[in-house]
Amino acid sequence: MQLARRHFLAAAGSAATLALLPRRGGAQTIHLPFENGERPVVAFPQKRPLLLLTPRPPQLETPFAVFDNGVVTANDAFFVRWHEAQIPEKVDATTHRIAVTGAVNRALSLSLDDLAGMETIEYLAVNQCSGNGRGLSSPRVAGGQWENGAMGNARWTGVRLRDVLDRAGLKPSAKQVQFNGLDGPVLPSTPPFRKSLDLAVAQADDVMIAYAMNDAPLPLLNGYPVRLIVPGWYSTYWVKMLAAVTVLDHVDDNFWMKSAYRIPDTPDNSVVPGATGFPTIPINRMRVRSFITNFADSATLQAGPQTVRGIAFDGGSGIARVELSSDGGTTWLDAALEQDYGNYSFRRWNATFDAKPGLRALAVRATANDGAIQTPKAGWNPSGYLRNVIETYAVTVQ
Amino acid sequence: MTRALIGLACVLALAATAASAATVPHGPVSINLPADGFAFKPGPGANAANSYCLSCHSAAYVTTQPKLTRAQWNAEVVKMRNVYGATFPDDQVTVLADYLTAQYGKP
Repeated sequence: MQLARRHFLAAAGSAATLALLPRRGGAQTIHLPFENGERPVVAFPQKRPLLLLTPRPPQLETPFAVFDNGVVTANDAFFVRWHEAQIPEKVDATTHRIAVTGAVNRALSLSLDDLAGMETIEYLAVNQCSGNGRGLSSPRVAGGQWENGAMGNARWTGVRLRDVLDRAGLKPSAKQVQFNGLDGPVLPSTPPFRKSLDLAVAQADDVMIAYAMNDAPLPLLNGYPVRLIVPGWYSTYWVKMLAAVTVLDHVDDNFWMKSAYRIPDTPDNSVVPGATGFPTIPINRMRVRSFITNFADSATLQAGPQTVRGIAFDGGSGIARVELSSDGGTTWLDAALEQDYGNYSFRRWNATFDAKPGLRALAVRATANDGAIQTPKAGWNPSGYLRNVIETYAVTVQ
Repeated sequence: MTRALIGLACVLALAATAASAATVPHGPVSINLPADGFAFKPGPGANAANSYCLSCHSAAYVTTQPKLTRAQWNAEVVKMRNVYGATFPDDQVTVLADYLTAQYGKP
């Protein structure tokens, strides 16, 4: 595999950040392709070395080359993102309970063994941060400065949320379902991280309380012992260390629903940079995206037939078509779609093109089964959400 | 097709006919999160940044941002107080915005 990296590797000490990290001497730094993109590569507990965005609360990005390893993302390579710094460092699955309360006929306190007694469901699904690719926004926006590694694809096993709600029995007043994990804010004045789904979404066939990830317990930093899976939706809803399911008789007005994680309610959910006063809605389904995984921007390729491979995914309709361009998007050829692991999974693809010497702009474009197609111009919103522009890779063919 | 992918295909093929290998976990998992390791640059206002920002998050939340204007840093500081519940007094908003602009900003 030829893997010339967009991120050049540098020795420890060459980056300003690492000068502050003497105890991490010897660590590599990866330079993401934007200002202040230096990232130490650090192994957190249960994790291989990942790109350290912030240590407290922990935010870790998956090195992009990992996505060439197969359709699933290994648990120890899976990205990490927490909102608030009070994160339990010890969690006991045996004593853990999920409290189901609110507008229900019977409040429940479910153990993991209670879940084991219910019908099991499982599927592969992509978990992607709402702000994946935020660092590439132009103009730049404040927020977690990810490149494109705040995503992963895993096989999730658990029980239907709907079955849990049925066991509790919804009252007629039920409108939304709110989720809360074991984590919390440092200050009592900080709004605790809670997310809610409309009843129709929460009762869908496939929304899951998952206790296994790729046939293993979840790493603690990915939500051990149970997390919510909302397949096709951005991961802000995939609440980790799930401890409370509260059925609301109103639309949730907590900060994390009312003010944060909102997108413009405009065509394409995009606005002109600097715009204010537009209406917003909670972020929801993921946009269709595709990437090359067997080489990065600035790679050098040999002239002649070259096989390109990568991944594509969307918000749950599945991938209909992936096309590759070797002339910056003027002409396109169809890629071969590889095995179908379900509409929520990464879909691997490959294509072979005749590499002619010179500078070439490779581009990849996916079309979803719902008809959505990636476009050459990135939309913009103030929070840097929803990125799904056609990815272009400048390569030198020798 | 890679070996890993073939392995996964086998797992999925088995899953079609048999129950998942996954079972509910039992018992405790314990980790130790590493120390922060990032720090604010020295300069006027650094004491305020160390006092009021680091209680909730690493300095990396600042150092990894693009260079923001003073208006943008001021908006971030105000958001931290009004939205995220930071408890610094009114007169520290200017101190913090000036510090962040001088060390991590652009004109």
